Amino acid sequence: MKEKEILDSLKKIVSPYVQRKEGLENFNEETDFIKDLEVNSANLVDVILDVEDEFDIEIDNDSMNGMMTVGDAKNIIERKLASA
Amino acid sequence: MNYNNILQKLPYTKPFLFVDELLKVDEKSAEGLYTFPVDSFFYKGHFKNNPVTPGVILTECMAQIGVVSLGIFLLEDQVNESQEIELAMSSSEVDFYLPVFPGETVKVVSEKLFFRFNKLKCEVRMYDKTEKLICRGKIAGMIKSKLAGDNSRKN
Repeated sequence: MKEKEILDSLKKIVSPYVQRKEGLENFNEETDFIKDLEVNSANLVDVILDVEDEFDIEIDNDSMNGMMTVGDAKNIIERKLASA
Repeated sequence: MNYNNILQKLPYTKPFLFVDELLKVDEKSAEGLYTFPVDSFFYKGHFKNNPVTPGVILTECMAQIGVVSLGIFLLEDQVNESQEIELAMSSSEVDFYLPVFPGETVKVVSEKLFFRFNKLKCEVRMYDKTEKLICRGKIAGMIKSKLAGDNSRKN
């Protein structure tokens, strides 16, 4: 899967949970889910569950803890897809 | 089996404890009872001269039995017993069908939707004595034990 497809898909998944909509206008790998998008921790769990469904992967606790930015999420998704 | 160990760990007290008894708690579900005392503080103001249990209190009762009690059970399963819990409600979406008047006993029945990354989300229903549905909805909270790092797991 191409990087851009993963980023587009992530943007779509996270959008319903975003408090700070300006953060979406400049959505890139540096975008921080909590600082830039103001997603709360409970909704970050929803994002992860949606990512699991969308990409048919399982995200473990360690991966979850390292998922601060969109780039982190993209890397985790790529890694899981590669090992699937 | 009694559930005193769970009741003792509920981080509430009067006038904001809305669990009298737990009937059943297991990996997937929880059931419990609460009777709203006629002299509960909120009846004085909700409504003027017409006491009805506020929906927000019914929601709280559903959360305490259906989410927090279940969450304590799920955490105890994994970690040592003496730990306290950290807790916050994260969302609730509830539909109401019947009013609850002072002195009524309600039964709360909850089914776990998921418990992952410290978030417990449940489908919760409340019934009156004749098993009529009072309200139902989805309630979620973040719950973890105070000392342990990460207690989440799949389902």
